[in-house]
Amino acid sequence: MSKTVLTIDDSRTMREMLNMALVQAGYRVIQAVDGVEGLEVLRAEGADVVITDINMPRMDGFGVIEGVRADPAHRATPILVLTTESDATKKERARCAGATGWIVKPFNPAKLVEAIRRVAA
Amino acid sequence: MTDTVTPGVAQRRELIAFRIGDQEFCVDIMSVREIRGWAPATPLPRTPSFVKGVINLRGAVLPIIDLGARLGLNTSEPTARHVIMVVHIGQRTIGLLVDAVSDIINMSDDLVQPTPDVASDQVKTFVKGLFALDGRMVSLIALDRVLPETEAEAA
Amino acid sequence: MDPFESIKATFFQECEELLTDMESGLLAMEQGDDDSETVNAVFRAVHSVKGGAGAFGLEELIRFAHVFETVLDEMRSGRLALSDEVAKVLLRASDVLADHVAAARSGGGVDEGRTVSMIADLQGLIDHERANELGLNVHGDGSAAEEDFGFVPVVLSLDEPAAEAPETDIAALLSAAAEPSVAAEAPEAATPAWKVIFRPRAEMYAKANESALVLRELARLGEVEVSLDTSGVPALDQLSAEAAYLTWTIRLSGDRSEAEVRDVFEFVEDDCDLTMVRVGDAPERVAADGPDGDAPASAVEAAAAAPLDLAALLARVAPAAEPAPAAAAPAAPPAPSPAPADLDVAGLIALAEKASQDHAQAAQSPVARADPKLDQKAEARAAAGPATAATPTIRVDLDRVDRLINAVGELVIQQAMLSQRVFESGLARSSDVALGLEDLELLTREIQDSVMAIRAQPVKSVFQRMPRLVREVAEAVGKKVRLVMDGENTEVDKTVIERLSDPITHMLRNAIDHGLETPDEREAGGKSAEGAVRLAALHRGGRIVIEVQDDGRGINRPRVRGIAVAKGLIAEDAVLSDDEIDNLIFLPGFSTVDVVSDISGRGVGMDVVKRSIQALGGRISITSEPGKGSKFSMSLPLTLAVLDGMVVSAADQTLVAPLSNIVESLTPRAEDVHLIGGRDAVICIRDTFVPLIDVGVALGFRDTPLPPTSGVAVLVESEGGGKAALLVEAIQGQRQVVIKSLEANYQQIHGVAAATILGDGRVALILDVDALVTTSRRKSPRIEKRMAV
Repeated sequence: MSKTVLTIDDSRTMREMLNMALVQAGYRVIQAVDGVEGLEVLRAEGADVVITDINMPRMDGFGVIEGVRADPAHRATPILVLTTESDATKKERARCAGATGWIVKPFNPAKLVEAIRRVAA
Repeated sequence: MTDTVTPGVAQRRELIAFRIGDQEFCVDIMSVREIRGWAPATPLPRTPSFVKGVINLRGAVLPIIDLGARLGLNTSEPTARHVIMVVHIGQRTIGLLVDAVSDIINMSDDLVQPTPDVASDQVKTFVKGLFALDGRMVSLIALDRVLPETEAEAA
Repeated sequence: MDPFESIKATFFQECEELLTDMESGLLAMEQGDDDSETVNAVFRAVHSVKGGAGAFGLEELIRFAHVFETVLDEMRSGRLALSDEVAKVLLRASDVLADHVAAARSGGGVDEGRTVSMIADLQGLIDHERANELGLNVHGDGSAAEEDFGFVPVVLSLDEPAAEAPETDIAALLSAAAEPSVAAEAPEAATPAWKVIFRPRAEMYAKANESALVLRELARLGEVEVSLDTSGVPALDQLSAEAAYLTWTIRLSGDRSEAEVRDVFEFVEDDCDLTMVRVGDAPERVAADGPDGDAPASAVEAAAAAPLDLAALLARVAPAAEPAPAAAAPAAPPAPSPAPADLDVAGLIALAEKASQDHAQAAQSPVARADPKLDQKAEARAAAGPATAATPTIRVDLDRVDRLINAVGELVIQQAMLSQRVFESGLARSSDVALGLEDLELLTREIQDSVMAIRAQPVKSVFQRMPRLVREVAEAVGKKVRLVMDGENTEVDKTVIERLSDPITHMLRNAIDHGLETPDEREAGGKSAEGAVRLAALHRGGRIVIEVQDDGRGINRPRVRGIAVAKGLIAEDAVLSDDEIDNLIFLPGFSTVDVVSDISGRGVGMDVVKRSIQALGGRISITSEPGKGSKFSMSLPLTLAVLDGMVVSAADQTLVAPLSNIVESLTPRAEDVHLIGGRDAVICIRDTFVPLIDVGVALGFRDTPLPPTSGVAVLVESEGGGKAALLVEAIQGQRQVVIKSLEANYQQIHGVAAATILGDGRVALILDVDALVTTSRRKSPRIEKRMAV
């Protein structure tokens, strides 16, 4: 059974890119377009790893992290945030909120897979 | 088609030969989409006499060019025995009115001779070259010249 | 398509949407909307553009988007307040960003000077010190300091498979770790090594990080020897499920840099105590060596000594303890679950279970895994689909819609042909066949309407490009303009949408350049310095109407009239109503400005605008009130695919006249027809003389005009309001026809708007009423003038 990765990003480009890289690496990919949908999808389908963007409408990435960590069924799910190198403060805030790790944009597929491997058995 | 192009050997191609009056012409088979019988065309206003009008080809409006008239040959009113060769010219599809389709010729480019100077200017405009076939002379038509110039090009 | 190119196409498509969102957000901000969600949305749009640009290595775009984004972030965090000036700068920045996107898309460049000055303007919004802090310092060459971006684009290569797939890595790790003695057997090779002491804190587990995974990653760098110190585990009654008690000591062989090793701990370094020591040549044993000096023994012993059942955990990180099953039995069933831990420590058990699963997974042979993996990929793709399809709309390739519309067009024609055949066969109207055909006709109409609705789009896509145009034109001519838009959601067929942009652009340019006064003039005239231009769309009478209205000076009628006379367009003493004078500006060759302005026309006069609108079956007219402004109204059919027409015969040809042009039809009486000169005739209809145009002659189908009284006169009105009577032999009836282009395979013909296919399968020409009327009118003023002189 391949691992399921839930990606949450409001950018279609980013979603397509994540989907392509992850599918190619053999993961099952489910996607959501914002934090609210992300938490819904996670509750409905579950996921082995969550990858979330920070800046999103309705609910941002910090909201996703808090939501996942507050959910007894999914609190142990690793969460990777998509961040840019210049966003040191955001990264720190995500970490404090309970993010497991981060992926610096722009990423290449190898980096992406490595980050997942680091947090998912 | 398993022909392979060998360097040094002129490319072979298939041509469709057709008759207008007692002369024989041909075009590359790749540009011919279909051949159909003559049907009355709807005349277009203010067009040269070689433009016979337009017909409905499965929903598309297709101009019909009387190729004989375009070449300056004597032509008669088309009858049901005449045929229309539907050809692609660039992005356009047009119908060429000819007397009959006579042959499919397989030949190589190096057999084509340039049009001699004796030919009239009108013929030289539309004929890319000549070649001999079983003692007959066949003229290769330059399809891209057949349509009348558009207003924009003429201006 | 190459997947990479396909994503890139998505990116540019998305950029367009983002730019639109951004602009509407900025426009709202310009109106004083400082709601945080509005600012956030604009920020997100720029951020997403930058993010995508980064993935594709679009440096110029990244560079500009970064500065823009930083400024918006300042605003988002409340450090920069919204003001009119700020909003204007941001709007201009959005234009420059749009240019950068367009340049990246086409592979072209962007005006460097414009970019530099825009960056400077953006930077100017932030005080100098803060700009320094943010790394927005613009260097002499206009580029911000390289390192400040901290944004090194990595070009995504999707052709290469991900460097190392996770599954195989575990296998590799297993086999590497299975032979630790290799290193021990070659002690003479002075291998450098790292000694790492890793003591996770509870926070690390709270963030779903796992010691086992960190150790696995470490093992990827080289051979590892791991020992576990469980001495920190308290007595049972003091255990906390959430706490962390374990310390790992890892010896990592191999020449790895500190950065490489530290990188493994990137996600956890703030949540653990980490000590890294570079150790010398001799393998340093943490625990006592076993009798034969085998490294794994130490781990096993450590495990045995531990009060917890950690065998599984250790197996996880030091599988050498039990290498036989993995190596000898590749297809071995999953290893049995480890015995439950003596202590019920939820976190530890979870960890152990996870580890055993990994072990089991790793124990399977790579070959055995190959096939399911392919299936999993397919499954993943299949699963990805429905999960993303949460939106209520679908995207359809326009080609498919066009094909459908063409097919429906054929259906309409076929249905008409069938009806005609049935009618000709003499079947009674009440027969089942005829009734069935009537139902079919209704159904066909309905399908056609529904299909056309698929392609209908709101004019928004055109309108939203206009604020930028207005800003630029206003800036270029030094006027202040406020653009108000109405009816952006008015829908019209895609074929029309695409062709609205040019006329609207022209009308707006004209309104700002010619219609509006300068701010000084306006104030002198008691108006506000800022002029208003209103762009509106509405449905009226089965057509779409676009209005461009300004509150400027209005048409200077004496001047227009003077120019028209000077250019010989009208007779000096021609009696013209105000409306007629206003509409003179559409006459060919007319321009109210002596020097052709680069702005309003780019050398294009209103006559050309009018012609292009007419070519679409549209009309344009102007109403004006001196000192108060002008209003251009342009009306177009809702679709260019079908047309309601009147089928007529002239010179043995069947022709179609657009119903929208037709006022009425009548049989001419001999006493109403008068000749002017040799051939030109006029007909008197209710005391008004209008030119009588013999259609057969006008199109060159015959030389001799039809005797007027033996035909039918169809009174038509052209776009400019000019009237004429078209003389034809007979009227066959009214019908909706599918418009077929003549240009597609031939070329445009004067007097013919397009073609269609009638019920009998033959092509019929659709008359270009305006061309016919204009030709006759162009003649008549000259006649008038000759007569007047």
